[in-house]
Amino acid sequence: MRFRDHVVVGDILELAQRYRDEGADELVFYDITASPDGRSVDRSWIRRIARILDIPFCVAGGIRSVADAEEVLGEGAEKISVNSPALADPELITRLSQRFGAQCVVVGIDSLRDGDDYYVYQFTGDPSRTRNTARRTLDWVREVQERGAGEIVLNCMGSDGVRQGYDIEQLAAVRAICRVPLIASGGAGAMEHFATVFEQAHVDGALAASVFHKGIIAIPDLKAFLRNRAIEIRP
Amino acid sequence: MTRLAIIDSGGANIASLMFAVERLGVESELTTDPARLRAASHVLLPGVGMASDCMARLESAGLIDTIRSLKQPVLGICVGMQLMFESSEEGNVACLGLLPGRVQRLRVGDDLPVPHMGWNQLELRRDSPLLKDIRSGDYVYFVHSYAAPASDLTLATSEYGEHFSAIVQRDNVFGVQFHPERSAKVGAQLLKNFLQL
Repeated sequence: MRFRDHVVVGDILELAQRYRDEGADELVFYDITASPDGRSVDRSWIRRIARILDIPFCVAGGIRSVADAEEVLGEGAEKISVNSPALADPELITRLSQRFGAQCVVVGIDSLRDGDDYYVYQFTGDPSRTRNTARRTLDWVREVQERGAGEIVLNCMGSDGVRQGYDIEQLAAVRAICRVPLIASGGAGAMEHFATVFEQAHVDGALAASVFHKGIIAIPDLKAFLRNRAIEIRP
Repeated sequence: MTRLAIIDSGGANIASLMFAVERLGVESELTTDPARLRAASHVLLPGVGMASDCMARLESAGLIDTIRSLKQPVLGICVGMQLMFESSEEGNVACLGLLPGRVQRLRVGDDLPVPHMGWNQLELRRDSPLLKDIRSGDYVYFVHSYAAPASDLTLATSEYGEHFSAIVQRDNVFGVQFHPERSAKVGAQLLKNFLQL
């Protein structure tokens, strides 16, 4: 099992080092403005991160082609994560998976309940452009697996940023049809929330950002807490 | 003096491996030159992707006989370890044959996804200088769909649906199924142990 940190603030090298030393199992570097702007991430930092990190890390944002992915992986990232570009061109997932193997290809999904169902949202990095794609989340989860996604990060937008806990109901619904590793995202505010999402939604990992950045939860404490709950996790 | 050569097998993660040994204060040379490999004190054989593609790359570089004749410590990593066996079920390909046996697809039930991806624990089976300060229960990072079954070459196993070889050794030939370059302190310790052989 693993959990990850989702870095959006501060000096990334310093943060990366800190989380490495504190025992994070994986880091995701996420440029949330990359897709709406139509620009790519500046990739010079990836190699600097790769030099200091001895745990896996994933780069998300601005990866629109096999060539983009090749550059990111060549700089030393373990995985690439695609979100909006995959919605615009689902075939991208297939191409990435065929070229690099499913284990490299993470698909990020921003999902929100609307009426009786969950829908996929696009361009969530920019509130003025965020839109409902009219794709049902469960349909998209099935499709990305068929296309060769090796892992799915489900960001439940309804709970994101409010630190009231992960969206257990939605994650459990996705877990039921998800055969690849499923990572919960959105809502972590307390250590109990991590335990609950592993115990009740049976996710493979839990991603969080603000609770770590703001020092609300220390990773070593969280890991000790989860081990006490008999959740298998690297010390 | 340590003269580490890394065989340029064309994988995307070679940079990570070079950085990992760099963090140990060891310079490495990425090469496909048989003379350079023979002159090295230690050799790493990384590999990602399909075993058959990796074998084809080694063949086109004319390295098969060179690797087979190396006398210094050689460490295969991930698919690089798989290539050291006689053959692999992946692409049904003949491999280097430095170790007896055949690499098989992970035999897991319906409840476990393949590839096996993530942190998992080692269970030590035999003693070796490669395992100095590494203990049963230590976590390392795996990404693979195929593995060598446990055998009398196995120094450590891991379990994912079945027990498989996580670390193997025969004479100067070593292999690890996980990625030491991404396995935090345990991975660094293993690489350090290898470089001190």
